[in-house]
Amino acid sequence: MTGWEAVIGIETHVELQTRSKMFCGCRVDVGDEPNTAVCPVCLGLPGALPVPNRAAIEGIVKIATALGCVVNERSLFYRKNYFYPDLPKNYQISQYTYPVGEHGRLVLHVDGEELAVGITRVHMEEDTGKSLHVGSGGRIQEAEHTLLDFNRSGVPLVEIVTEPDLRTPEQARAYGAELQRIVRTLGVSDARLEEGSMRFDANVSVRRSGTSELGVRTEIKNMNSLRSLQRAIAFEIGRQVEVLEAGGSVVQETRHWNEAEGRTVAMRSKEESEDYRYFQEPDLLPLEIDEAWRQRIAASLPRLPAARRAELVALGADDRTATLLVDTPVLADRFEAAVSRGAPARTVGSWLTGEIVAYARSVGADVEEVVPAVEDLVELAGMVEAAELSATAAKQVLAGVLAGEGTPRGVAEARDLLQISDEGALEEAVAAVLADHPDVVEQIRAGETKPIGFLVGRVMRATGGKADPRKVQEIIRREAGA
Amino acid sequence: MTDLADLTISEASRGLDDGRFSARELLEAVLRRATVTEAQLHGYLTIDREGAFAAADAADRRRAAGGRRGPLDGIPIALKDNLCTRGVETTCASQILAGYVPPYDATVVARLREAGAVAVGKTNLDEFAMGSSTENSAYGPTRNPWDPERVPGGSSGGSAAVVAVGSAFAALGSDTGGSIRQPAALCGIVGMKPTYGLVSRYGLVAFASSLDQIGPLARTVEDAATVLAAVAGWDPHDATSHPEEPPAFHRSLERGVEGLRIGVVAELMGAGIDPEVLAETRAAVDRLAAAGAEVVEVGLPSVDYALSAYYLIAPAECSSNLARFDGVRYGLRVEGGTAEEMMARTRAEGFGAEVIRRILLGTYALSAGYYEAFYGQAQKVRTLIRRDFAAAYETVDVLVSPTSPTTAFRLGERASDPLAMYYSDVCTIPSNLAGDPAISVPIGLDSRGLPIGLQIMAPALGEEVLFQVAAEVERGAGFAARPRLASSEVMEP
Ligand SMILES: [Zn+2]
Repeated sequence: MTGWEAVIGIETHVELQTRSKMFCGCRVDVGDEPNTAVCPVCLGLPGALPVPNRAAIEGIVKIATALGCVVNERSLFYRKNYFYPDLPKNYQISQYTYPVGEHGRLVLHVDGEELAVGITRVHMEEDTGKSLHVGSGGRIQEAEHTLLDFNRSGVPLVEIVTEPDLRTPEQARAYGAELQRIVRTLGVSDARLEEGSMRFDANVSVRRSGTSELGVRTEIKNMNSLRSLQRAIAFEIGRQVEVLEAGGSVVQETRHWNEAEGRTVAMRSKEESEDYRYFQEPDLLPLEIDEAWRQRIAASLPRLPAARRAELVALGADDRTATLLVDTPVLADRFEAAVSRGAPARTVGSWLTGEIVAYARSVGADVEEVVPAVEDLVELAGMVEAAELSATAAKQVLAGVLAGEGTPRGVAEARDLLQISDEGALEEAVAAVLADHPDVVEQIRAGETKPIGFLVGRVMRATGGKADPRKVQEIIRREAGA
Repeated sequence: MTDLADLTISEASRGLDDGRFSARELLEAVLRRATVTEAQLHGYLTIDREGAFAAADAADRRRAAGGRRGPLDGIPIALKDNLCTRGVETTCASQILAGYVPPYDATVVARLREAGAVAVGKTNLDEFAMGSSTENSAYGPTRNPWDPERVPGGSSGGSAAVVAVGSAFAALGSDTGGSIRQPAALCGIVGMKPTYGLVSRYGLVAFASSLDQIGPLARTVEDAATVLAAVAGWDPHDATSHPEEPPAFHRSLERGVEGLRIGVVAELMGAGIDPEVLAETRAAVDRLAAAGAEVVEVGLPSVDYALSAYYLIAPAECSSNLARFDGVRYGLRVEGGTAEEMMARTRAEGFGAEVIRRILLGTYALSAGYYEAFYGQAQKVRTLIRRDFAAAYETVDVLVSPTSPTTAFRLGERASDPLAMYYSDVCTIPSNLAGDPAISVPIGLDSRGLPIGLQIMAPALGEEVLFQVAAEVERGAGFAARPRLASSEVMEP
């Protein structure tokens, strides 16, 4: 794409996992039988009225605060009017002017560079029901009939809109990943892309490098993973550049990402797009979020991923390890605790993000369920430090601990993995090997160093691998007079 | 002996307390009245005999056990058919809701039941409360009990008519632009629109959410206050309902008007108002002055724009409120090749002409490019009207005007001229735009023997002074006439 620059903005929808829905008392869908978590309000029955859920407002204020937004003291609900069978009232209660949060920013680190992404707005709305189109390629136009499930209808939904500040698919992915971490850290949503509790739409346009005018943009929908977010944007940039280089022009439209085919497909063009006839929701009063409430929420926020990452790096984790640890808060917690009790950061970081994560995956468990206690990590690291275990033996001990065989020392003893560090015992073993190989000793004396390794190997074999190889080498050099 | 159906609520309640008759007998009297009048009147869309008798018998058992719930215990009351009633069909007088049975009670209905009231049935209305004559009902018009060739007013025409003839002691209606007060005036009874937010709208099928209020229709001011007291007050299901204690309006009825300042709205006392209506209005105002009130003329200049603003705001909200009637989940469904077609056909067939007209008007008023010129502008007028009222209430306690510019008009007379029909609400609409309470009290008859109502308006949550003045107007007028349909010649042919 030389000569071209992409301009990308992302709209994200996050379902809040509150106990009840946005405007009624129904429980938030947890995979119930269809149409069982419903009531007159979320079914849009005649006469039903919405009443806002305070917990959901707290959730969105947390997100807006975490994204550095100005939280409006007085925020307004609007009706967004459009007809669709899974939208029970045929309008969605949403926000328009005066959303809950505005003018925020999210700082990313991509390829060692810092990038501040502007957050235009963070607003509150309600989710729609779900449609299952039967007898078609998943499209309502060709459906034989459509089944509707209103369990999701009215679930609190937060929309987060960025400025068009992103330039590459990698940056877009990094933004999505960081936003997901923030939302999870705040504990307001599990933010699972595959299950739709977090959903991305991307606005993409391209322009000649060095120009500042914006090109015609398209909106891409249906990206169900961070990877597909990146792929879809990369594809769309390529497609637009191709169109423009061939002398064509980009049409402003909504495009659907087809994961299997790896391409975007036009859904509807702007001409057919709807006029939502926004007007202020007369059934709801303006949302008052006073200073005291905002401060209480701000004070309750957990450490956010960026701050946490910086703290882990300060403790000795490298950037990559810190990012991985922050992704799984329990690992970051263990890391912090173990390191503060003297365990070396590199070793513990590598166990946590390597063996332990791999083990959890291999047994199909959550990391939270298998991660060893801090005491075990500290003990294991201490045994390595004291040369009681080799690095390789330590990993075997760790595997034993993960498998529930006992404490690190217990496992090491049971599996007979403790190193022989006792000087006398090692000298004896070395002496025996030297006696067996006088010719090799001659070579060493003559100044060759290569055979030292051979002798170390012999000693290791003789001790069943439990000798500390560094010490063995030291003794051989001394005894053989190298 | 007077027919039980002609008693006021206070009289009936005393009679029940004294054991002179039972709630069952009261209900029987009301149903007997309905049997006589309904063929001509058509005030009811549904009469729930079974439910009503069960409620009446329960009330009798409570009284027998010494556990009377209050003044409404055992009193038969009618409900406008845009109020949701659990298990009883609720149609809004529209084809699109034919056969629709709500799974829940509106808050006002639940509160009436808690108070022991007996829900007789559901009354006719202009479809979705859009109209001023009850001619826009998909199930046929209601007639005026004073002259069956004339309309009862609307949209709560059914509620007003059944209360006037005695086939209910009182009724609930809804008032978006005058839909309680105007039919009350045209039927010779009391109709009251409370302060916006005093009565929960939960379960009222919405027409225009920022204007709709539920209120009582009754034969006396006191009865209206009794019904209002039972339904008023904060409701956690309605975010726009007032959390404060309702005003003590029931205690002001005997106070008189000595020392009160009463403003006559100049803009509603001239062109466009029938001379006989004006004359009766002036007479009523003179009686208030004679009773010790200070009467002044007050100008509300922005009221001239109220009608125009209303016919942008109400249709805009209605276009969105009525979007849910799409054939997907309940009510009428007219099949189509696609979901979109099904929804379009259902709406085209299910809604009547006036409803469609207002949906189109409202959709247009909210459209991109027109919003500011129409909806935005109308909201500014609304602010001005509020300001005018607020300024007026700095110098007067209440405002008065005619309720309706004319007495009852003939069926079909305005049906083909929407603008003439819209003008019926010229006096009542300003209070809806302001969100203030207002009441219509009968003050006399015109030369054709048709009732005339006086409208009294008060500032928000000013129900106490509103009822105080209304009671004095009622005493002064001594209005005792009864509609022809309820008179003995009709009763006993
Ligand atoms: Zn619900």
